[in-house]
Amino acid sequence: MTTRRDFLQIAAATATLLPGGWTRAFAQQRLTQGELLAFEPLGNVTLVHISDIHGQLLPIHFREPSVNLGAGEAKGLPPHVTGKALLDLYGIAPGSAAAHALTPDDFTALARTYGRMGGLDRIATIVKAIRAERGERVLLLDGGDTWQNSYTSLVSKGQDMVDCMKLLEPDAMVGHWEFTLGADRVKEIVDDLGFKFLGQNIRDAEWNEPAFEPVAMFERGGVKIAVIGQAFPYTPIANPRWMMPNWSFGIREEDVQANVDKARKEGAELVVLLSHNGFDVDRKLAGRVKGIDVILTAHTHDALPEPVRVGKTLLVASGSHGKFVSRLDLDVRRGEVAGFRYKLIPVFADAIAADAAMAGAIKTARALHEPMLREVVGRADTLLYRRGNFNGTLDDLICEALLSERDAEIALSPGFRWGATLLPGEDITREDVFNATAMTYPAAYRTTMTGARLKEILEDVADNLFNPDPYYQQGGDMVRVGGLAYAIDIAQPLGRRIFDLRLMRNGEPLEASKEYTVTGWASVNEGTEGPAIWDVVMAHIAKKKVVAPKDVSQVRVVGG
Amino acid sequence: MSSEVSRRQALGLGAGILAIAVAGRAQPAQAAKNDAAELIKAFAGGKEPARSKVKLDLPEIAENGNTVPMTVSVESPMTPQSYVTDIMVVADGNPRAGVVTFHFTPASGVAEANTRIRLAETQNVIAVARMNDGSVHMASKEVKVTIGGCGG
Repeated sequence: MTTRRDFLQIAAATATLLPGGWTRAFAQQRLTQGELLAFEPLGNVTLVHISDIHGQLLPIHFREPSVNLGAGEAKGLPPHVTGKALLDLYGIAPGSAAAHALTPDDFTALARTYGRMGGLDRIATIVKAIRAERGERVLLLDGGDTWQNSYTSLVSKGQDMVDCMKLLEPDAMVGHWEFTLGADRVKEIVDDLGFKFLGQNIRDAEWNEPAFEPVAMFERGGVKIAVIGQAFPYTPIANPRWMMPNWSFGIREEDVQANVDKARKEGAELVVLLSHNGFDVDRKLAGRVKGIDVILTAHTHDALPEPVRVGKTLLVASGSHGKFVSRLDLDVRRGEVAGFRYKLIPVFADAIAADAAMAGAIKTARALHEPMLREVVGRADTLLYRRGNFNGTLDDLICEALLSERDAEIALSPGFRWGATLLPGEDITREDVFNATAMTYPAAYRTTMTGARLKEILEDVADNLFNPDPYYQQGGDMVRVGGLAYAIDIAQPLGRRIFDLRLMRNGEPLEASKEYTVTGWASVNEGTEGPAIWDVVMAHIAKKKVVAPKDVSQVRVVGG
Repeated sequence: MSSEVSRRQALGLGAGILAIAVAGRAQPAQAAKNDAAELIKAFAGGKEPARSKVKLDLPEIAENGNTVPMTVSVESPMTPQSYVTDIMVVADGNPRAGVVTFHFTPASGVAEANTRIRLAETQNVIAVARMNDGSVHMASKEVKVTIGGCGG
C-alpha cells in the first residue's frame, strides 16, 4: 500500500518529469488548444484513456466532490483529497483552470469563466492530434460507462454512443452501465463493435466459463502490449441482476494474476489492466497482483493530475463525463517501463476545436430529439450538483420531487456519481433532467418500510462505501435521503455507522417497528412499479417554476 | 466424495432464513450467532487449526445470497501416505452453522470440491480440513450479502 508520504515523494518526483504538465500550463490561466495538448513526447508507447462518459456527447459542467472520504488505509490519500487540500498537494493555483476542473471551489464563478468541459467532438480532436503526433505508438482505451445515462443513449439503447465512439476507433473497452441495456442488447452491440469488449471477470453464471474475451494483445511502437479487461465487479449487485441473469462478475483477483502471467509468457512487454473496479479496489489489487505495469482506473470518477504509483504499477484516473483525456507516454525497454510522462488533458470545450466528423455524427444522433430536449421546464436559482459522498442539491431536488409527487414521508435516491451540474440562473431543460436520471429501470416506487428496514438500507449502502477493505466496496456514493435526517460515523463497522435517524417533518426519532411511507427510484428489483423518475422530476419543476435547493445537508458526519 | 449435509439440506435450511435475517441484521457482526465455534472445535478434536494449505474461493460480495458459488481445496499430494480425509465448511452467521462436509480418500486424486451455498447475511465462511496424519488446517473468508442497488 502506498503511504501518503510515498505518494508525496512520487508527486514531487513526477512534477519534475512533466515539462508540459499542469502546473505551468495553467499558472498563466491561458486556455489554448496548443497549451492544453502540449506534451513533450517520450518513449515508444502512448496510452490514451477515457472513461465514464455516461452518454454525454456534448460539453457539460460537472462539479467534482467537496466530500470524498477514504475508508481504512485510503483515508487521506488521493483520490480522497478534495478542494484546497488537492490544490496544495499538486501545487495548483486557486482560481486557475486546473483548479476549476479538479475541485468544486468557487464553482459557479469559475464555470462562467472557463466554460463547459467535454464533448465527444473535442475529445476526437485531441485523439486525432495525439495520433498525428505519435502514429502507430498509440493505444486508445475506453474504461466503460459509455453507452448509458443520457436521453439519446437511453432511447437508442446505446446506439448513439456506439456510433460516435466507432469514429474514435478505440482499441478496446470494458463495461458496467453498458450491461443495464440487458444481456441481449450488449451481445448484439459487441458482435458488431469493431473493437474489443473485454471482461476477464465475467463468467457464465451456470458453468463458470468466460463470457467475454479476457485479454487483447496489441503491438504498438514495436512493443507487445497485453490489455486485460476488468468489468465493474459488482454490476449484478449494484444494478439489476435480472437484466444479466446468466452472467456472474466479481473481482477474481487470482484470475487477474493468471492472465498477467499468461500474457507475460506469451511475450507481452507491457501489461495494462483496463479496469472498471474503482480506484481504491485497483490500488489494493496493484499491491497484490504482480506484473501489471499500468492500471487505467475508472468507475469512481476520480480525476488525478498525476499517476499514483503502487510498487511498479502506475494507476491513472481520468475523471468522468468527457471532462478529461489521459495521455501516458511510456518508454518500454526489455519488458519494463523505463520512464513515463503523463498528462490529464482537461477538455475545455471553448478552447478545443470540435472535430467536424464527430460533430456531424453527434448532430445526426440528436437531430430527432433536439427540439424536445431543449424544452424548458423551469429554472434553477442555486447550483444543482450531485457528486459528493452524502448529498447534492440535484438529489435534494429529486427527493423533494419524489416526496411531493408521490406523497410520501421519506424519499431515497441512489448515490450515482453521474449527472451534469447546472449553474444558478440557468433554465432547466428536459435534457438536464434526463442527464441526471436517464437509465433503464427508472420506476419511482411508493411503498412502506419500517424504521428498522430504513436503517438497515442506510447501513448496507454505507458499508458499500466505507468498508475499510476496498474489495467489499461498490463505488457509489451514499444513498440520498429526503424527509429524513441521520448521523453517520464512517469508521464504525457494519450495523453501527448510522444513528440518530429523525423525520425532518417533526424532528421525531424514527421508530424501529413503525411503518413509514417511502418513495424512491432505481430499485434493482424486477417488476418495480411507478412513473419514470424523469416524469416525476419534470412535473415537480413545472409546478414550482423556480427551484432553489439550499446546500444544507441533513446528514451529520461524525468521527471519520 | 460424499456429503454429510447434503446440498438439499443446505438449501433446505433457507426457508426460514430471510425473516430471521431481517431481525438479525441490527446486531453487531462479531457476536456469536450459532454453534460454528463448537462445530470447529469438535471437528478439529480440540486442536488449533493452522491457517495454511486450505484455499477457500468465494466472492467478496455475493451476487445472490441464496446460491453463492464456493470452491474449497487443500494442498495435498493425495497419496496413501499423505491425504486429506475431510473438509468441513461452516458459516458463522446462518441460523445453523453447518453447511457441508466433504470426505476424501487417496483415490479422490485432488482435495477439491465446489458447490453453491446459502448465506442469510454478511458473515464468515470457514473451511477446516483434516489430514490423515491428524493435522488440521483452515481458511476463512467474509462474504457480504447486501441489499444492493445504489452503486455506480
